[in-house]
Amino acid sequence: MKILEPLIFDLSAEGRTAVSLPACDVPEEAVETLVPPAYLRAQEPELPQVSEIDAVRHFTRLSTFNHGVDSGFYPLGSCTMKYNPKVNEALARLSGFATIHPYQPENLTQGALQLMAELQDDLAEIAGMDAFTLQPAAGAHGEMTGILIIRAYHEHRKDSKRTKVIVPDSAHGTNPATAAMAGFEIVQVPSNERGGVNLEELRKVANDEVAALMLTNPNTLGLFDENITEIAKIIHDVGGLVYYDGANLNAIMGIARPGDMGFDVVHFNLHKTFATPHGGGGPGSGPVGVKEFLAPFLPKPVVKKQADGTFAMDYERPLSIGRVRSFYANFGVLVKAYSYIRSLGGEGLREASENAVLNANFLMQVLKEHYYVPYDRVCMHEFIITPKNLKEYGVHTLDIAKRLLDYGYHPPTIYFPLIVEEAMMIEPTETESVETLTQFAEALIKIAEEARTDVELVKNAPHTTLITRLDETGAARHPNIRWRKA
Amino acid sequence: MNFVPNTAGQRQQLLERIGVKSVDELFADVPANVRLQRPLAVEGGMAEQDLIRHVKHLAGRNANLEEYTSYLGAGAYEHHIPAFVDQLLLRQEFYTAYTPYQPEISQGTLQAIYEFQTLVCELTGMDAANASMYDGASALAEAALMSCDATRRRQVLVPQTVHPEYREVLQTYLHPRGIGIVDVPLKNGLTDMEALEKLLTENIAGVLVQSPNFLGQIEQAEEIGRLAHAKGALMVMAVNPVSLGLIKSPGEAGADIVVGEGQVFGNPINFGGPYLGFMATRDKFVRRMPGRIVGATGDRNGKKGYVLTLQAREQHIRREKATSNICSNEALCALAFTIHLGALGKAGLKELANLNLQKAHYAAKQIAALPGMSLAFNGPFFHEFVIETKVDPAKINTKLLEDKIIGGLDLSRFYPEFNHHLLFCVTETKTKADIDRLVVRLGEIK
Repeated sequence: MKILEPLIFDLSAEGRTAVSLPACDVPEEAVETLVPPAYLRAQEPELPQVSEIDAVRHFTRLSTFNHGVDSGFYPLGSCTMKYNPKVNEALARLSGFATIHPYQPENLTQGALQLMAELQDDLAEIAGMDAFTLQPAAGAHGEMTGILIIRAYHEHRKDSKRTKVIVPDSAHGTNPATAAMAGFEIVQVPSNERGGVNLEELRKVANDEVAALMLTNPNTLGLFDENITEIAKIIHDVGGLVYYDGANLNAIMGIARPGDMGFDVVHFNLHKTFATPHGGGGPGSGPVGVKEFLAPFLPKPVVKKQADGTFAMDYERPLSIGRVRSFYANFGVLVKAYSYIRSLGGEGLREASENAVLNANFLMQVLKEHYYVPYDRVCMHEFIITPKNLKEYGVHTLDIAKRLLDYGYHPPTIYFPLIVEEAMMIEPTETESVETLTQFAEALIKIAEEARTDVELVKNAPHTTLITRLDETGAARHPNIRWRKA
Repeated sequence: MNFVPNTAGQRQQLLERIGVKSVDELFADVPANVRLQRPLAVEGGMAEQDLIRHVKHLAGRNANLEEYTSYLGAGAYEHHIPAFVDQLLLRQEFYTAYTPYQPEISQGTLQAIYEFQTLVCELTGMDAANASMYDGASALAEAALMSCDATRRRQVLVPQTVHPEYREVLQTYLHPRGIGIVDVPLKNGLTDMEALEKLLTENIAGVLVQSPNFLGQIEQAEEIGRLAHAKGALMVMAVNPVSLGLIKSPGEAGADIVVGEGQVFGNPINFGGPYLGFMATRDKFVRRMPGRIVGATGDRNGKKGYVLTLQAREQHIRREKATSNICSNEALCALAFTIHLGALGKAGLKELANLNLQKAHYAAKQIAALPGMSLAFNGPFFHEFVIETKVDPAKINTKLLEDKIIGGLDLSRFYPEFNHHLLFCVTETKTKADIDRLVVRLGEIK
């Protein structure tokens, strides 16, 4: 089989190493005298044996097979692929942040604690919440934390009837998966024709067995649910709480706050809204904010400012749900988000959201003459189009996405949310110029034309990428998920 | 600076194309009663050089380990990261890319994950690994859930020698699912084997053992595995990758699921995160494993490529029936691990493990020889050991700080019974001169 690049294992030659270790400067003893042979490894791991130049070339070549935000437009809906400021990378790498141990005495980490305390406060202000935890390592981790807080709240009230969590049919998969992890049953509620939660259906399922409703607003269709206050009331009236999935926060910073909409718990995605890099799948950070009455249940410890002005980790939290991770947070990610917030300030954050929504509406206007727009109304920071108008040519969203690769673009989010057939969810973000948006629209328009005149070109795309469509079915049927020495 | 490229003039053009007069009209769906009627009270709007000055000031208020010599370990370890690792991580195609859902333009990320999965398998002696989890603690919690799922039992045994913070995370994850945690006491710094055997009933889904454990001692993993399997329970091990350069692999010891903290390769200490959980298991448990998995396959032209696979386990497909809710994980940290360990290689890892072993044992010997100091436990250890002290540990550490030395962890933080005990960690980052200086300073404290 032809390959793009050998595996690092196949680049190996006996005896090579890429790391120079210092000689042992202490008197050396035989390993077997320090650790009895029964505890020692008998079988050596088949690790690579490469020189530094070959290791560097190998990973450099691998990187060239990728497309990052810095390569080109990346309009993945609900992922907020905005530009990652480089100064944040430099700041996170300062030795005063990168080389401090979590168990150092607190008086030796006041700068780190202060950064965390300020970040907690800033996120609370942006969210309209009263307290935050920075522990969760990702959005889904934040969701789990938030739902566990809600669970603890009901347990504390000695209300054992609350076994259900309501989730709209447009919800991201992590929402029901999270509720299941927290021991809840999921109840799905349908959306109405305007794309918002169907209030009648919601009233039917809202009862004293409901612990919470999980919602994203704007939702995964890119639409702001104008009934949000009513929705929150319906749930609060039956004694439930309302959880905000902050994946789409980029639409409303400085314009509206989940805390003011009636939400009790929120999570943010620092690797989306707050410009920390996605890293190919992490590390992210999913801080969780709560209203005052839920603060006692936050994971411990929480950073607090003491009476004397110094900062400390507060462990005196008897009602806490406990830890959700070791140590304190994805601190290196927090530094980048903190720096981003200080770069923008309150006004800059609002402008970011305004421009995100402006860019999305512009792009939607340009594309609506060439694609089907299921919700023909003002959108927020993202919108959905489908190739419904091109159905007769037999072309699908997958084909259009793959053809976009030939034009040098990362495709939008496809086949999500599930409630729209053949969805393509486009989120440009505020860090894109009108030129980029126009060129992207032109590519999509051209592809629509190709669907009409040369459909095979689209259906067999991509043609110009290093690799074409891969056999995913075969990959799952006969899993080959690691190299083994022959 | 807000990174918005469109000028005021261009924004006006966009508004005209949309057909509205102001951006405000685009927020018409947001009801007035939820509109924020004042500016956000968030400090900022700094020019880059002002930002740098501001943030550097915060960094400067932390005692960093380039200026201080630290003997702290306890789950977060100092190892030298070769200079080329970070330079490769700074390649934008790696760090600004998203999850590899479009494999045609993500082969770099996907192949790197495949190599990571392989490295984890080779290190641990297991068949299959996932693409990473948040950290060692949450990975252990997910492994505990996996053992319950696989055996259909609802209790796990957890020795007190497992990292206390990992045990807290286990509580958080297992309590809402009604899974019971049964504590196993420790004896002489190790899992009390007699107690373990008594507690191993047919209700136990898994025995969770960390080795080297939190106190630095190497557990009798093989024996624990035998006891567990005799009762139909799984053995779940949490391990330190560096130690696996010399210590028996979990695979060799009979483990069913292996997890651990991968921070040790390629990832700085970073005040506790972002870190890197890894998980590996036997072939028969693959479909129960949480997390992303990358597999090899071919494209239409017969070219080899990599894709996310076995996705029917995951949240975006199975939703509430998924093995876990995990989505974003620690991909870039896993890449750092892959580059660093890939570079160390077969010989390098063995040598690194030996350096850690030798220096820690040298330090332990010297320190234990001091009056008022002794080795608390006599079992074999890797690079961490507990010293029992006559002088109050807090006083010792305060004294050491005068010399810019951060001493071992005062164990009373986690174990009330170990109130005159310090957990020292010595890695290859400590020279003989460093260790000798520590010993001299310790010797001066009465």
